[in-house]
Amino acid sequence: MSVYTSESKWHWRKLLTTTRGYFVLLIFAVVFLVPFYWMFATALKGDEQLFQLPPAWVPNPLVWENFAQVFKEVPFGRFLTNSVVLVVWNVVGQVVSCTLIAYGFARLRFPGRDALFLVLLATLMVPRQVTLVPQFILFAKLGWVNTYLPLILPAFTGSPFLIFLMRQYMMTIPLDLDEAATIDGAGRLQILRHVIMPISGPALVLVAVFTFTDVWNDFMGPLIYLNDPEKFTVSLGLSFFQGAKETSWHLLMAGSLMSMIPPMILFFLAQKRLLGGLAAAGIKG
Amino acid sequence: MSKNFVQAWRGMSVAKRQEAVAGYFFISPWLIGFIVFIAGPMLASFVISFTRWNIVSDPKWVGIANYERIFTADKDFIQALKVTFKYAVIFLPTFTIVGLAMAMALNVKLKGVGVIRTLLYLPYVVPGIAATLVWVWVLNSRFGLLNTILSWAGIEGPNWFGDPKSALYGIVMIGLWGVGGSAVIYLAGLQNIPERLYEAAVVDGANEWQKFWHITIPMLSPTILYQLVMGLIGVFQTFTSSFVATGGGPLKSTFFYMLYIYNKAWESLRMGYASALAWILFAIILLITLVVFRSSPLWVHYEAERK
Repeated sequence: MSVYTSESKWHWRKLLTTTRGYFVLLIFAVVFLVPFYWMFATALKGDEQLFQLPPAWVPNPLVWENFAQVFKEVPFGRFLTNSVVLVVWNVVGQVVSCTLIAYGFARLRFPGRDALFLVLLATLMVPRQVTLVPQFILFAKLGWVNTYLPLILPAFTGSPFLIFLMRQYMMTIPLDLDEAATIDGAGRLQILRHVIMPISGPALVLVAVFTFTDVWNDFMGPLIYLNDPEKFTVSLGLSFFQGAKETSWHLLMAGSLMSMIPPMILFFLAQKRLLGGLAAAGIKG
Repeated sequence: MSKNFVQAWRGMSVAKRQEAVAGYFFISPWLIGFIVFIAGPMLASFVISFTRWNIVSDPKWVGIANYERIFTADKDFIQALKVTFKYAVIFLPTFTIVGLAMAMALNVKLKGVGVIRTLLYLPYVVPGIAATLVWVWVLNSRFGLLNTILSWAGIEGPNWFGDPKSALYGIVMIGLWGVGGSAVIYLAGLQNIPERLYEAAVVDGANEWQKFWHITIPMLSPTILYQLVMGLIGVFQTFTSSFVATGGGPLKSTFFYMLYIYNKAWESLRMGYASALAWILFAIILLITLVVFRSSPLWVHYEAERK
């Protein structure tokens, strides 16, 4: 049919598709981004504008002090430090353990390897709630409740999903590299450290970023294990804040905004690798 | 298996045995973690589910009493199941359709589409607690954004989280906000579909709808299956949004199964009962996943499949 359409008709159709494309994208963008705007606008409102009817779209005056006020009302700085400590330990744990484990699964041969890897994949499907209660009992009996150990230690045993990602990546590295290094007299740990790790950068970034966001955003873990507000993370601290100051929505929004900045910055920095890796895992998974 | 293992071991050269030992050494962190944090706890949880135990005192064996009570006399269990299933039925199809629609909108060669993709992905990286707080405020019945916009059209918006009829839909919206994470995966799937399939369809005189229904959907079906299974597991773990936004109310209209387990284990300290609840949920998830996989040959199309 298109054979018969003239040049100008074709031009109009292209313009129409372009306009339609942008229009649909615009609708999605507005719907999904307006909550961010609302949060930001609320975070900058003063007490008197907060409960004004109809609600003001643009805060006037802009009360930037709200952000500082959050730190005065609750130990928000403390929460931030705690979250950072947890994130750092978890990232270290996952990077080290996932590298070792993935190397074993991807490049060494041993009886039962494939069966064990299947078990690993199967654990991806085990819902957290089944292990939550007995894990808690275990840590409680060890006297580790209200410490960070239950929130850090498991990271050193590797998360199945991240091990899977690392393994898939290592499978793509040619085996010749290992063999060449072996001939040069390198041991397996040396090969891993000096041959495999330097070229596994993209996968390692992925492991670090996923771990960062997971730990930073985790709510249930800290909720179950931490009792002392001094030890709260940002996520748990925010809910504590909400319980204490139910109507201080400008401060709650300022706190929420600050809590989402670190994962967002990280996402912007790593977005190309992150989206590519996620998509690859999603399709192959 | 152990017999095979011994045989395999005997037949191996020294170098192979060394490699095998190294292999076990490298995967040992996972092996330890699997035993200590997954397999052990799962087994323990099964045993605990036949006891009454508040951690402080000694556990007391009660046989199947917990299960019996759950299935015969526990109204909260029924309510938690109802809420979770109702949420799954509303949320999963909506999530899939919106995710697909977003991916298709993003699958265009237009300037600036990369920036929009990034922006639409952002809500997915927002901490669950922050996302929940934002939506509680957006859905505030008097000062909220949504009801303000509805009022322009002369509609009086519901008292979202304050009304048992609408509270669950509020939770749905919190979940839907993160759909960008799923859309990105669909987008990659879309971009993997060979252009020649569409070209061939055009030659055969197919319209847009036919192309979508007979090429896009079948080619994307493995991705949809994966997303559906992950979404399902996610639905049964929904916790933060209901815990923070409503605490399960009003009138238990957002009383999710996970919230119930949390209440039993950490508010009433009934570990045995909570373990039984967790195992029942696990069985349900397993069953549904199995049904989804079993039904998949009917609707999932694998390009490399040998008939």
